[in-house]
Amino acid sequence: MTYIAKPKLHHPSLEKNAHGYTRRDYEGRISTLCAGCGHDSISASIIQACFEIDLEPHRLAKFSGIGCSSKTPDYFVSPAHGFNAVHGRMPSVLTGANIAAKDLIYLGVSGDGDTASIGLGQFAHAVRRGVNMTYIVENNGVYGLTKGQFSATSDKGSKAKKGAENKDSAIDLVMLALQLGATYVGRSFSGDKHQLVPLIKGALSHKGTAILDVISPCVAFNNHVGSTKSFDYVREHNEAVNRMDVITPRAPITAEYAPGELKEVRQHDGSILRLRKLEDDYDSTDRYAALSYLAHKSAQGEIVTGLLFVEPDASDLHDSLNTVDCALNKLEDAELVPPPSALAKINDGFR
Amino acid sequence: MKPTDIRDPNYFHKVVDCQWACPAHTPVPEYIRLIADQRYADAYMINWKSNVFPGILGRTCDRPCEPACRRGRVEEAQQEKPEPVAICRLKRVAADNKGEIENLLPPLAVKKNGKRVACIGAGPASLTVARDLLPLGYEVHIFDAEKKAGGMIRTQIPRFRLPESVIDEEVGYILRYEPVTHFGTRIDSLKKFLAEGWDAVFVGTGAPRGRDLDLPGQKEASKNVHIGIDWLSSVSFEHIDKIGKRVIVLGGGNTAMDCCRTSRRLGGEDVKVIVRSGFDEMKASAWEKEDAQHEGIPIINFLNPREFTHENGKLTGVWFTKMHWADEGGKRKLVPTGEPDVHFECDDVLMAVGQENAFPWIERDIGMKFDKWDMPVVDPVTMQSDIKNVFFGGDAAFGPKNIIWAVAHGHDAAVSIDLFCNGQDARVRPPPGVSMMSTKMGIHEWAYDNDVSLDIRYKVPMVEPEIALRNVKVEVEKGFDPLLGYKEAQRCLNCDVQTVFSAGACIECDACVDICPMDCITFTENGEEAELRTRLNAPANDLTQDLYIQDGLKTGRIMAKDEDVCLHCGLCAERCPTGAWDMQQFYLEVTQAGCKPQAAIAKRSPQLASAK
Repeated sequence: MTYIAKPKLHHPSLEKNAHGYTRRDYEGRISTLCAGCGHDSISASIIQACFEIDLEPHRLAKFSGIGCSSKTPDYFVSPAHGFNAVHGRMPSVLTGANIAAKDLIYLGVSGDGDTASIGLGQFAHAVRRGVNMTYIVENNGVYGLTKGQFSATSDKGSKAKKGAENKDSAIDLVMLALQLGATYVGRSFSGDKHQLVPLIKGALSHKGTAILDVISPCVAFNNHVGSTKSFDYVREHNEAVNRMDVITPRAPITAEYAPGELKEVRQHDGSILRLRKLEDDYDSTDRYAALSYLAHKSAQGEIVTGLLFVEPDASDLHDSLNTVDCALNKLEDAELVPPPSALAKINDGFR
Repeated sequence: MKPTDIRDPNYFHKVVDCQWACPAHTPVPEYIRLIADQRYADAYMINWKSNVFPGILGRTCDRPCEPACRRGRVEEAQQEKPEPVAICRLKRVAADNKGEIENLLPPLAVKKNGKRVACIGAGPASLTVARDLLPLGYEVHIFDAEKKAGGMIRTQIPRFRLPESVIDEEVGYILRYEPVTHFGTRIDSLKKFLAEGWDAVFVGTGAPRGRDLDLPGQKEASKNVHIGIDWLSSVSFEHIDKIGKRVIVLGGGNTAMDCCRTSRRLGGEDVKVIVRSGFDEMKASAWEKEDAQHEGIPIINFLNPREFTHENGKLTGVWFTKMHWADEGGKRKLVPTGEPDVHFECDDVLMAVGQENAFPWIERDIGMKFDKWDMPVVDPVTMQSDIKNVFFGGDAAFGPKNIIWAVAHGHDAAVSIDLFCNGQDARVRPPPGVSMMSTKMGIHEWAYDNDVSLDIRYKVPMVEPEIALRNVKVEVEKGFDPLLGYKEAQRCLNCDVQTVFSAGACIECDACVDICPMDCITFTENGEEAELRTRLNAPANDLTQDLYIQDGLKTGRIMAKDEDVCLHCGLCAERCPTGAWDMQQFYLEVTQAGCKPQAAIAKRSPQLASAK
């Protein structure tokens, strides 16, 4: 970790967003993770994304479990709401908060241990319920806090720092999320902010469950030859299926594009996901084609990244439960305490 | 862009904006750190070696370093009034608190080398030449028309800005090397002088003649119309101790500011400065104008003096023509507005409208070339004239500048004289002494204080006006005390502690990019400089500031760092997992007389890390 706080001084040309905040206003405390940790790049991308979509910091709710990744909500958007849950139990806590206060933007940050090992059950159920959230897995394929054991997402055949080989099959969180019905699924790499920042922006503005599996090399325990989650390996095997720009309702469309097929997807909140295809045969609105493509590429040892699937008009848990428009925690006594006549009416229904 | 060659001393020297801007290239951040560390004597000696007159310059320097200071740019858009570090006044903190330093001065030459050098004039340039040459064994003779050494430092700078004790002390540090002094001796013929057979002659006679406006009525009112610098030196020598109640100072330079403030102390109650041009175009430094206004002296602009009015041989006032800027054939020019002239009543006028060189004592038939302004032709690098053993420096070389330029000229001339006297070509200059050293002390420990202070510039405490305006000898600035000095020193960004990047060790994890508070660092595809500058993480619009480029990264991208507003906080190096970034202190000492070419070669070059 670093001993001094990051100086408040910033570049004189630093821009402000619609709320008058600079990107620096979305920062958190200084990271206590190892120098060079991929997670810090993801935090920086979250900061950038929140700044760019003009998110008011107090409208964000950050959730995490246990692990290196789960420390990171302390390192971005300090004024936001936050909850650091028990190991692997973050999805339930987030679900509960979301039920009570649906007017916030929900961001869960977790790691491969917190999500794919101890928290796998919780993860699966939050996804299949369609909780309206962005769930980022900072996936380094290793238990960094306990000094480098294989995690559940370590690829079969990959090597630990001291040379031991992983004999177990890996859990592919992207494929799992697709099977479980997530409506916005992407994979990215902490070392590629050009790809990651738009994916986070799109996810935060998506209604429904957005899962981002972000490969984030562990510089201390998983950045060696033989690892499949190292900077070098990921850069060599990265197969991006598309490049995305997120156009928020407010921001003008000014970007220039190189030739390539463009596809625009309008999301629920009016934001437009503008996708430029890099792979000709990839359709990111077809869940089953995505699954098959991913299985195929995974067998070849390729790491497929980009926006892999999106269902722009998805519904969420509140739609399923048919809750009222108002956030439940804002309901007044008058709405929450029905008169005796209402009880009588219900009882009549059972007679 | 091509990768930056950081072995070229100029690259990192330029990053140390203050040192680069200083004519004498004083290693500013190093002595500021020593001040913060309360090592005042060491801080003083760095200054003494580089600029010879730390106590004097710490009060009077024109401070070319301060407008260049990175702190001013860094505070832009985040402080109400972005301000540089008070470099000049920190120098004074070192001088005020240094204690005994005689034992730190270089020893007197034990063996004379048999060469005789004459310095004509005993101002800052000549004294610098003498100081540089005396310890090497030269027999240096100093000539001056005045009774004491110091030149314009002693005659023209008012005592309320610079007490005479400071001049005596710092001139004394040079006179202790026992030059042969010929004070009270005016040289009136260079021809005769050269016939005395000197090995080398240095001319440091300054710009001793104040410009005269010669307006109608001046002759008649001559008793009350004075030339600024002559009047100031008469005040310094206590020939003059009062002035009329109503004083008009003509001119907008620093001499005008000294004149008006001195007048206020000699009985002037209604003192005005009247300037031909606008306020912003005045030659006086911003802080000198501020100090004058602070003492209740109005500065009136756009008035051109036309005529002196007088009655019975006594000055009664001045007529002025109103001026404004106009476009004449594409050039901005000051022209009369055509409005009726205005009259200001006064008892005395001080003319401070510029200074000139005067060389009536140099014969034009002895082989020295003069240019169209009747100035001797002097090589700007070697300070050598057409007579090979005659060298120039200070205001005598290229017209009126300031003390720090005179010192820089003196060093250069001394190097040339030393080379010349040893039969070497003065144009082949020994390179500067450069060293780079990592400041890494531990995991996140550095040999410098990398926690950047957010304080705004501290004001120098002043003596209350009631006291200051009563006596011309009361020094008006009290100077920073050690605590204020420490706080102001902490504002320094340590720009000499350089960010050195080793591409071979970099794994492109982006940690430095994410942590950099000023968005200086970008990893991107290479391109032409103009285009590259537009697509960095923060636009690099200041073209005077270099981009630090390194290639050789695994992805084929380059590392581009905009030096412009780097805080030198070292966070890039703290967050770097592989040591690809290191904070290395750059120290450059300019060549001085006696530097051997082989000894001056870089002691230590930047050290690069390799891949783990």
